[in-house]
Amino acid sequence: MSLDERITPEQAATQVGTASGENKEYSVIGKSVGRIDGRAKVTGQAKYTGDLKFPGMLYGKILTSPHAHARILSIDTSEAEKLPGVKAVITHKDVPSLKYGISPARWDENIFCIDKVLFVGDKVAAVAAVDEETVYKALKLIKVEYEVLPAVLDPLKAMDEGQAQLHEDYPRNLNTEIHQSFGDVDKALAEAYHVRTDYFVGQRAYQSPIEPHSAISVWEDDKLTVYSSTQSPHYFQYYIARQFGLPMGKVRVLKTHIGGGFGGKLEPTGLEFAGAVLAKLTGRPVKMFYDRHEMFAHNRGRHRQYMKLSTGVDQNGKILGVHADFVMDGGAYTSLGVASAYYAGALLTILYDFDNYKFDMYRVYTNLPACGAQRGHGHPQPRFAFESHLDNIAKDLGIDPIELRLRNARKANTVTPNDFKVESCALTEAIEKARDISNWKQKRSHRPQGRGIGIGLGAFVSGAGYPIYRTNLPHASAVIKVNEDGSSATLYTGAVDIGQGSDTILCQMAAEAMGYSFAKMQIISADTEAAPHDFGAYASRQTLMSGWAVKEAGEEIKAQLLNTAAGIMGYAVEELDCRDERIFVKDQPEISKSFAEVAKEFFVTQGPLVGKGSYTPPKLGGKFKGAAVGTSPAYSFAAQVTEVEVDEETGEVKIVEAWDVHDCGKVINPALLHAQVHGAFYMGMGEAVWEEVKFDDQGRILNSNLAEYRLPTALDMPKFHSELVDSYEPNAPWGVKEVGEGATTPTMGSISNAIFDAIGVRISSLPMSYEKVWRALKEKRKQQTT
Amino acid sequence: MAQVITDAQGVKRYLINLSVNGDTHTLMVKGNSLLVNVLREDLELTGTKKGCELGDCGSCTVLMDGKPVNSCMVLAVEAEGRAITTIEGVAPNDKLDKLQESFIDHAAIQCGYCTPGMILSGKALLTRNPHPTEEEVREAISGNLCRCTGYVNIVKAILAASEQE
Repeated sequence: MSLDERITPEQAATQVGTASGENKEYSVIGKSVGRIDGRAKVTGQAKYTGDLKFPGMLYGKILTSPHAHARILSIDTSEAEKLPGVKAVITHKDVPSLKYGISPARWDENIFCIDKVLFVGDKVAAVAAVDEETVYKALKLIKVEYEVLPAVLDPLKAMDEGQAQLHEDYPRNLNTEIHQSFGDVDKALAEAYHVRTDYFVGQRAYQSPIEPHSAISVWEDDKLTVYSSTQSPHYFQYYIARQFGLPMGKVRVLKTHIGGGFGGKLEPTGLEFAGAVLAKLTGRPVKMFYDRHEMFAHNRGRHRQYMKLSTGVDQNGKILGVHADFVMDGGAYTSLGVASAYYAGALLTILYDFDNYKFDMYRVYTNLPACGAQRGHGHPQPRFAFESHLDNIAKDLGIDPIELRLRNARKANTVTPNDFKVESCALTEAIEKARDISNWKQKRSHRPQGRGIGIGLGAFVSGAGYPIYRTNLPHASAVIKVNEDGSSATLYTGAVDIGQGSDTILCQMAAEAMGYSFAKMQIISADTEAAPHDFGAYASRQTLMSGWAVKEAGEEIKAQLLNTAAGIMGYAVEELDCRDERIFVKDQPEISKSFAEVAKEFFVTQGPLVGKGSYTPPKLGGKFKGAAVGTSPAYSFAAQVTEVEVDEETGEVKIVEAWDVHDCGKVINPALLHAQVHGAFYMGMGEAVWEEVKFDDQGRILNSNLAEYRLPTALDMPKFHSELVDSYEPNAPWGVKEVGEGATTPTMGSISNAIFDAIGVRISSLPMSYEKVWRALKEKRKQQTT
Repeated sequence: MAQVITDAQGVKRYLINLSVNGDTHTLMVKGNSLLVNVLREDLELTGTKKGCELGDCGSCTVLMDGKPVNSCMVLAVEAEGRAITTIEGVAPNDKLDKLQESFIDHAAIQCGYCTPGMILSGKALLTRNPHPTEEEVREAISGNLCRCTGYVNIVKAILAASEQE
């Protein structure tokens, strides 16, 4: 699809929906239809990978390292092999030694460790047996002799001389080093009216989807089928094929339903590789699975970042230049960390309009579980830091934090210093609305003891401008096939519904483009054999990117139908339109034929009625190193206000109420959209106050369960308001933008600023736990008395 | 007391009658067999989910004599003689329960993995307290973790179903 086929903003102005998302221009989109998978999910019929069974299926598990850093001296599997019920035991000797990873720039993982283990939980061997109990018994019978090595557990010391080295190819444990500079930051800071420097520290957080990972591998002759709880069947297919030297056409990856991902199910886990080998060796299907502890150990959750921010402003608070100087704890492997490292700095330019920007980043290896992409990928912690930093500046200058943000807010049709083109942007409107609906001015000026109110802004890409590995494949594609009698239509797409509702909204889009109805749509998605290629659920990409492909496919169906109808009805194609399953003469709508009738006629005379579409974003971004990360056809914007109450005796933080106002373009399904905002706020709130993966001094996880890794419950969630501002994105189908990831980016900052407002002390590390608040208050009282 | 059979290795197995969704199943289980595994593996009622196997997440919630329990924390032998309801038993005749309808109508479902447990906890609440307050709803589902929804629409769905009484 070329750019000029798309609607212009001027044309769109007449079509834009209201903030409620309702729009009479459209029949199917803009409406809160119920989820297409709703009934299956409320009745327990929805099958997840772990629910599937195949005749003769074996159960498999991976043996992991008990040491953070150790040399493997020997592995003896003989006792395990003798246990009745054990069908196969494998180690590195039984699998390809080719390194893999998700970031092609740094392939640094093996299916099983060969010489060394690099964290507690690193993969050493695997077993397949007749039942779970036998598998666990067999794992205990594998004898591995280790020589324990000194471990690197402190990321700030990882680059020092004399520290242990994780990977020979990466001296000083330096995984990714970034130095970007735009404009002249030194000059901007030198000339500024006020310069402030602040330090912030994040924490390791984990996605914690409620469904544990699992994968079932089945071989039929030389073809491998893997059922997996994956956010991207395509990347799994690509990496599995590469690892085993198979043509991609001989590897089928599909998911059934998936119980949440949030970034943690984006890359192969080892379950797929080990399962494929075990299934091949035994000639039987093998189900591999992680328990809750193993999920935490496999990780790929949020990186802990150490963030130094220096910003110069003029007398009015206009930002002149920003220097971000960060270190990131990557854990033992790269995972998606190269991208995480770039994202950390890249998206700091998106919300506020300034010309001078410098970003330095060191992502280091440590002997801890590898970190990857968690909702908001690399951006939420720097955004927390920057929003907190900006409130500190507002206080220094005596300017209201909302006023300061309004003075710096990005406008539509601007370009960031790092070359991201922003077309639609209703950030100012979002801030003003959040201010008004939260009653900000009143609450800020009359606050009871212990209460505070804060604002944080957020933004995110609507899909990454470039795929994870280099390829010229379209980013999304879709096929729609209308049933022979026109009574239903099936959308085939590689897009992945991990709970966010993409199956539903893509069917709404298909029906809208075809002139059909949502109730008659069916979908087959996320199956590399049955559906055409799509990169999957990450970078908040599917509404825009998969949406383009679906729209094009739907329009092709409609064009073919109108062509057939023109012959039957005796009108020119241009005189006809189709909507709500009726093909009608535009000037005389009473003259019409049903969609089904014409579709059947099409099939009889011309064969299957099929439409197809695909989407590749235009070339985006600048020419500097790392310019691709952060590029996107469109950016969402959000303003979030949070009110908190702090118990000054105990430090306990209660989130009382929150208001989110989003610019996410045209809305396809308002109910599902607001539900994304609820969940994103919830996740940000958890990371703001409670969630942190903790380790002992041997690198062992202390809280790898859902009681001690404290997920917020229904009792923690405040009264919550989700609102929209009108917006239309010219680079997107029907003007849509993302919501799922961006909505989690403002939360930690808005809570941080609310706590600051409540207690007058800045908590500069995450999570802002009761203990930290209590200690800060104690320190404050001590200073007041001395 | 259940009949016990000891195999050649000395492992005891118990012959139990489990009443699930109104049907009685006669099963041979080990003393350490968990109810969740018997429901999922032996009876193929996979609507009961496994999320943590530690009693933390609530995705394996079933009703035992009308009370919500984590079925990963209940031994199968303990469930004998109790009336067990799983998500498959909430709408036995293809007609959805009003709480299930309400979850769909209020967009209270995302990934769906916590949904069966949420619905059963909500069902148990509405049975003992047909008109709960919002706080009582939050309390009733506080043992069911959801990672997608922030509970906002789940609370709405349960309250809306209670208003239909």
